[in-house]
Amino acid sequence: MKLRSILMAGVMTAGALSLASGASAADTKDVQMLHWWTSGGEAAAVNVIREALAKQGYGWKDVPVAGGGGGAAMTTLKAMVAAGNPPTASQILGYYAMDYSEAGKLADITPLATKGDWAKVIPTALQKFTTVDGKWGAVPVNIHSVNWIWVNKALMEKIGGAEPKNFDELIALLDKAKKAGVIPLALGGQPWQEATMFDSVVTSTGGVDFYKKAFIDLDANALKSDTMKKSFDNLAKLRDYLDPNYAGRDWNLATAMVIKGDALLQVMGDWAKGEFKNANKEAGKDYLCYRFPGTDGSVLYNTDMFAFFQVSADRQAAQTALADTTMSPDVQIDFNLIKGSAPARMDVSDAKFDACGKKAIADIKAANAKGTFLGSMAQNYAQPPAIATAYYDVVTKFLHGEIKTSDEAVKQLIAAIDSAK
Amino acid sequence: MSAADALLAAPSREPARHSNVTRVVIYGLLIVFAIIYLLPLVVMVMTSLKPLEEVTGGNMFYLPQHLTFEPWTKAWGTACVGLTCAGLKGYVWNSVKMVVPAVLISTLLGALNGYVLTKWRFPGHKLVFGMMLFACFIPFQSVLIPMATILGKLGAIGQSLENTIGLSLGFGNPTVNLVLVHVVYGLGFTTLFFRNYYETFPNELVRAAQIDGASFFQIFRRILLPNSMPIFIVTVIYQFTNIWNDFLFGSTFAAGDSAPMTVALYNIVNTSTGIVEYNTNMAAAMIAAAPTLVVYVLAGRYFVSGLMAGAVKG
Amino acid sequence: MTTTTQPIALAVVHQPQGGMRDRLRDWLPRLVLGPSFLLILFFVYGFNLWTLLLSFTNSKAFSNFNFIGWANYQKLWTWTFQSDPPSNWYTAIVNMGIFGGLYVVFCLALGLFLAILLDQKIRGEGVLRPLYLYPLALSFIVTGTAWKLFLDPRIGLEKAVHDLGWTSFHFDWVVNPRMMIYCVAIAGIWQTSGFVMAMFLAALRGIDSEILKAAQIDGASVYATYRRIIIPMMRPAFMSALIILTHMAIKSYDLVLSVTGKNPGGAAELPSTFMYSYTFTRNQMGVGSASAVIMLATIAAIMVPYLYSELKEKRQ
Repeated sequence: MKLRSILMAGVMTAGALSLASGASAADTKDVQMLHWWTSGGEAAAVNVIREALAKQGYGWKDVPVAGGGGGAAMTTLKAMVAAGNPPTASQILGYYAMDYSEAGKLADITPLATKGDWAKVIPTALQKFTTVDGKWGAVPVNIHSVNWIWVNKALMEKIGGAEPKNFDELIALLDKAKKAGVIPLALGGQPWQEATMFDSVVTSTGGVDFYKKAFIDLDANALKSDTMKKSFDNLAKLRDYLDPNYAGRDWNLATAMVIKGDALLQVMGDWAKGEFKNANKEAGKDYLCYRFPGTDGSVLYNTDMFAFFQVSADRQAAQTALADTTMSPDVQIDFNLIKGSAPARMDVSDAKFDACGKKAIADIKAANAKGTFLGSMAQNYAQPPAIATAYYDVVTKFLHGEIKTSDEAVKQLIAAIDSAK
Repeated sequence: MSAADALLAAPSREPARHSNVTRVVIYGLLIVFAIIYLLPLVVMVMTSLKPLEEVTGGNMFYLPQHLTFEPWTKAWGTACVGLTCAGLKGYVWNSVKMVVPAVLISTLLGALNGYVLTKWRFPGHKLVFGMMLFACFIPFQSVLIPMATILGKLGAIGQSLENTIGLSLGFGNPTVNLVLVHVVYGLGFTTLFFRNYYETFPNELVRAAQIDGASFFQIFRRILLPNSMPIFIVTVIYQFTNIWNDFLFGSTFAAGDSAPMTVALYNIVNTSTGIVEYNTNMAAAMIAAAPTLVVYVLAGRYFVSGLMAGAVKG
Repeated sequence: MTTTTQPIALAVVHQPQGGMRDRLRDWLPRLVLGPSFLLILFFVYGFNLWTLLLSFTNSKAFSNFNFIGWANYQKLWTWTFQSDPPSNWYTAIVNMGIFGGLYVVFCLALGLFLAILLDQKIRGEGVLRPLYLYPLALSFIVTGTAWKLFLDPRIGLEKAVHDLGWTSFHFDWVVNPRMMIYCVAIAGIWQTSGFVMAMFLAALRGIDSEILKAAQIDGASVYATYRRIIIPMMRPAFMSALIILTHMAIKSYDLVLSVTGKNPGGAAELPSTFMYSYTFTRNQMGVGSASAVIMLATIAAIMVPYLYSELKEKRQ
């Protein structure tokens, strides 16, 4: 009868599926890559790597899991590793890579590192994440920094503004914009964006040494100092220049406001460059890139890394190829040209990069030498995720008014960091 | 006849004798709510047929001035899901491959369970039913890692099977994994539906068959199943909806080539580059929702009569 | 009466078959139920126990067995009372109350209301019913995306109403952190109330007309009839609806994220998002597990007595 045959059909389908699955393991000439670069511009950058691998005869099995910041992707990664079925490599952020390394899940690519002399060409600060106990398990693909402001050139000229050199000048510039009737500051009201902006505010208010003491060293005196209080005060000042609909807005929509000319500037990492590029805007001609006022000379970085997992012997050739290719100068240049970031290798030529890119590359070299190349707290490169997210909590609550005073914010910050340790 | 009496008379299947005022009020309310329910869908469809400038620059309630199907073709065939820019179409098949067995297996098991719990009572059957029911409340996030570990072990079994006999028999196949996961976590609901339905099923028929010497399965096949169409439809609709629309399990256990369509949709809608293509996103969302919508529209009337036939009785 | 002699007849007829076959026949039902029950025992209760175990450890990114006693629960306990400024856990609990309460109550009320209306012998029921029901077919992500667009002040409802002339209309709830959870509730109610309506409609239709006629003869008013007879007879439907609504309220992780856009100001935190972020994003699996255990305990505290009382009752 009808019902029974439907049920039988279903069970048989399941059976057929299972028998037909056959060889479902990844082909050994394939690189299986987990990432969250699902947007057009980002995907185009990864394509550079894919094509370079294709030339060497390796295929690509894409495992994209969207969700900015990689939240869902990291869950998928945890599941894959727990199942004993890790990908060849995964896009990953520093502390997560360290966690996997400490748990013994990463492959050892030290031979490659020694051969390529990577320790010399990658900024020292990054090696904390790529190398645990002397063993290399991950490589950086790029270096982004977050202490930038992106300015619409036409609007800037219209209001007669000039590059602000410190925080007070920034406020003055924003005032000019407000009087001219444009939205001075474009912000997407999501915790990570607000925290990213706060990184720059802290560095600008207290200087890069203060940033280092407070966020890298978690020095208690720095955290409860008046400078920290002043930083929150400054953040509150910036709030006056936002438009009323900023809550929940995606970062790229805020960038679009600057591109279109609805807003004067945005405080954002240099992945914003990708947006300008997509809209066919040129650095120096349509938009200006300045270091956040008061932070010139330091680079608050975050980097996208590839972590390599322990895989079976037949997959290791592809894995080695991926590591080598990613670190090769050509790929480093081409990838970052599209993505808008700076190469992770400090020894590649900057000829092809535009004005902002050249500045980024130069800044990195200088900051690395001076010791002002520091991880961005908001981007999970100063502290492990537990503390970084505690940081987000306080900053976003302060900005949205749930924490009402700067004193309270300082107290909450200390408490949040303590409880997340 | 007063309005009150007329209202009272209605549920007993006599022709309604409402006063005109009451009828107007009733129809009015129903239509207002229908509009409220329909509005988001209408906006979604209209947005998906507009070029992007109309969406961001215009009013969402206006009809499209430049009607275009480009968002739909894009969503189906060229939208980017990671590095592959082939739209949703491949992933829809992944979802179908996974949903059909999952729904059918969990429904069949639910029917058998309901049958046992009502027609072959044993001491403690209420406790067992209660325990199975509690499975409906587990938050899925908390089972992700333990489940991944178990699936990994199954995958290892599959590997060793493949090394010895050349076939992995489905162990470790991501689609099969998803089917297993959805069957397990759907059992609570399917058992609930069938158990409540069979509870009101007359026992005399079953007893008579037992006297005649019919076996356990014969009674199930010959007596209960033929009369289970309504509840079968309800369960299938409910399970189909939940499993088709699941994102969490799909993204955690089957990311990549075998990803179900919800993961691909999320990837498309979440592309973080500059311009949010609202129109393509809406078209993609509609494509994702199409099968369930069709199922609901076609089988909707069976849905209610199925519920009526006893799913909601105690 | 035939019923009392039947068992004897059965015993007489089947006796000499052999003990094995009889015992198999007795155990067959349990064997059939067995696999499902065992699956649930392992994958639901087993995993819950695992989560319970982890909640007493200081697991961070991966599970470990460094037992730290009640420390995670103590953390959550202090956070429960931190209301100024609100801790994430406090916000999650409050929001669960607001969202869960509104969602369940309004879905039940709206579902019942629409079901009663539809039951009044309406023409066009075949058209109206799918209209109320279809939102459930949409996934949470689709619903959230659609409502986020719909309620967006810049391109959605507020702008549309402004364009139509009413320029002082204000509806910026979806960008106001304090009001966001209500938007999530609206989207959720829109999605599920039609399903509840269908369940109630079926239950209404199933009520025996004889009972109603008897009440009418006894002179009961419409209101009393509904209150004393019809609604009590719908208790099984209420039970099923309540179970499903609770399940959906707990599961509502995707809906919250799609409507609010990643939870600005931490204001749209719910226990499900809290649990997920602590376990997977913040790499504090111990705390996340503890929160999951508390969630489960709360649900159990409500549902177990309810299920117990419903299942214990004799059929009406």
